[in-house]
Amino acid sequence: MFSYCTDPSSLEGLTWLSCYLTTGKHMGLYVSVVVVLVLLAITAPVALAFGFAGASAARSRIWPIAWLGKGYTSIVRGVPDIAFFLFFVIALDQGFEWLRHQVFCPDWEHPIRQGNDFVVCTAAKLPLSNAPQWVHETYGFFLAVLTFAIVFGAFAANVLFGAMRAVPRAQMETAEAYGMSERQAFWRVLVPQMWVYALPGLSNLWMILIKATPLLFLLGVEDIVYWARELGGTKNARFTDYPHGDWRMWYFMALMVFYLCFTRVSEIVLDRIMAKLTHGQATAAGEAQRKAAT
Amino acid sequence: MSCLETIADYSLRSIGIGERLLPREDFTLCQQFTLIGSGMLWNIYFGVLALCAGFFLAVSVAVGKASHIKAIRKPAEWFIFVFRGSPLFVQFFFAYFLFLSLKQSVPFFSPLTSAWLGALVVLFLNTAAYSGEIFYGALQSVPKGDLEAADAYGLTGWARFRRVTFPTMLRLAWPAYTNEAIFLFHATTLVFFSGFPTLKQQGDALYYASYFADKTFNPFVPYPILAFYFILLTLTVIAGFGLINRRLNRHLPHTRRKKLKIRPQIIR
Amino acid sequence: MKHLLLGAAALAVTASMALAGGHSVVRMGTEGAYEPWNFINDAGEIDGFERELGDELCKRAELTCEWVKNDWDSIIPNLVSGNYDTIIAGMSITAERDEVIDFTQPYTPPDPSAYVALDAGLDVEGAVIAAQATTIQAGFIAEKGWTLIEFATPEETVAAVRNGEADAVLADKSFLDTVAGTDGLVMLDRMEAIGGGVGMGLRESDAELRAKFDAAITSMKEDGTLNALIAKWEVASQF
Repeated sequence: MFSYCTDPSSLEGLTWLSCYLTTGKHMGLYVSVVVVLVLLAITAPVALAFGFAGASAARSRIWPIAWLGKGYTSIVRGVPDIAFFLFFVIALDQGFEWLRHQVFCPDWEHPIRQGNDFVVCTAAKLPLSNAPQWVHETYGFFLAVLTFAIVFGAFAANVLFGAMRAVPRAQMETAEAYGMSERQAFWRVLVPQMWVYALPGLSNLWMILIKATPLLFLLGVEDIVYWARELGGTKNARFTDYPHGDWRMWYFMALMVFYLCFTRVSEIVLDRIMAKLTHGQATAAGEAQRKAAT
Repeated sequence: MSCLETIADYSLRSIGIGERLLPREDFTLCQQFTLIGSGMLWNIYFGVLALCAGFFLAVSVAVGKASHIKAIRKPAEWFIFVFRGSPLFVQFFFAYFLFLSLKQSVPFFSPLTSAWLGALVVLFLNTAAYSGEIFYGALQSVPKGDLEAADAYGLTGWARFRRVTFPTMLRLAWPAYTNEAIFLFHATTLVFFSGFPTLKQQGDALYYASYFADKTFNPFVPYPILAFYFILLTLTVIAGFGLINRRLNRHLPHTRRKKLKIRPQIIR
Repeated sequence: MKHLLLGAAALAVTASMALAGGHSVVRMGTEGAYEPWNFINDAGEIDGFERELGDELCKRAELTCEWVKNDWDSIIPNLVSGNYDTIIAGMSITAERDEVIDFTQPYTPPDPSAYVALDAGLDVEGAVIAAQATTIQAGFIAEKGWTLIEFATPEETVAAVRNGEADAVLADKSFLDTVAGTDGLVMLDRMEAIGGGVGMGLRESDAELRAKFDAAITSMKEDGTLNALIAKWEVASQF
């Protein structure tokens, strides 16, 4: 990175450190931090959408749909998320390839499962095996987002389901009295009002989501945990210009600090949003705000 | 080999009793069920002990955080913040490496680097922080009337805490605490997946599930088995905590007794 | 699934007209944590004996190759489910693995596994031995009934000996050569002859690609470049 970094063995102290922290390998670590942030930014709305769908399904009058919605939330909630991460990704990947295989290669005569091998025709491979590396990476990232969204969507569904029920019944009755159809009442009365009830649960969920990101490395995305382990391990002078001992403790301490800062900032921001949302609401907190102001 | 033999050989494999070698062929359903079930012993061990020990620390931390004395409040707040603000996964890694370096200077700490103790300590502190926050919230919502009534009866200090504040706090916190317990049990699966190494192939349910997934190249059997066991465990926890909840609320008239609801707002 | 972000360097080889069994690009899976076989260099790229060997093999077989990093414990499942096309990660050829995947001919002769410990007079049979999970060495210790302690990466197995978690580590001799002599670690005299040579792993349904790599390895053996490469990286004895 810096011009004086050509011979690290002659450097000392801070100059050495500045070179060490800017090697290509460390860039990998910094990129992975960005990847985690991007993943969070994409996963959160997708999980919310999953949650919304799940909660609406669970409220449905048609019992198979309600059953599906409830089953989705309770099964995902009952099982450790790590178990899902370990097998969802392979399952999703093979599922997609199987579907594409049915569409693109209807006249393929070999079996898809040849012993241990999972073989689909070349056109059905996801991504195509001649695709450039970044496509593979993006696809892996996409699978990770989807897995996270499915798991955290179940939690979000639970929160939203509770929030929908927390909206006073009278509000819905009034809407019906005004002649709104069920669908209209749902979208115009229930949904706008439920957020204030949902926010505490959702912000809690956001914190959990942040804290679940180290599990990314189970999904095959090279994340901060991977790099902290790789970079922190003892380095032998034969293979690197920056030999050092076992520094894994320090790398993981840095990770702890990173996460603590991240959750702290989130907490502050979410508190502000909550204060904004409760403003003028007929809830205890809204009442307290009103009293404090007068 | 019949299934009964398999159960005899492998049902206690995770704690080192029975057949030494893990199955290397067949990988029948029976083998998978037995061995993954055997691994559940570790999950239960970690969960139960961390929960029991953590309960007492959690109550102290909650009382500490509610204290008016800054010297007591600040450490409690920081304790909760550090353990709730960072991922358990990273805590495991960090703790393992920390214990390793502690061990090098003070040999007294050497058992801490094995999972049975080191991971237990991390889980204990972690659950204490989470439940501490739950209890603190409950402590804040103890009805004023209860405390005034206690004053009227001349109860003060420890007697007031033990007979009025604490039982009410527990009652209020119980649904959220049930959630915490469920999540703690789920979190035990991380033990052998992060820093802590597996000794003599004695691991938890997830360790054996991934062993089978690795050997059979088929994740569709062992992980659902693992899920099945955990759903069973979750139901047991809910039932057990429900019983305690009934006892906590036994003085209330039937109509006012609320059934234990697993409220989603307060998951960790 | 574990196609890992970053680190995979595309290799522009000769305009690849030859498509091996439908492979216009051959994806090479490796671990990147096993010096001197394969590791990540300071620039964050895959480097080592197998990087050089793989590049040369692809050139000779007229294939376009791309490198992919993957954790060791899921390296076979991900090959089988088609996330990359070859494993080139210091993997010994064993009967157990051969049932699941296919191997090319070995590109290093079978070498013994060695122990590294802090105490040269250690009796391994009563000791706690560290090994990387799902390696032939881990299987060997489990089979012998000695006390096995497993870690996910090779680096961690050595760290375990350094800090007293384990009494000794059992691994390929060439890997342990890189650490013996540092931090008071010594190599024991006792060696274990386990495993065949190291070969490249491929899916069983990929016979055509395997034939190409086999031919390339043969040609490298014949003109001595393979021996030169082995000598350069000190990974094994020579053919």
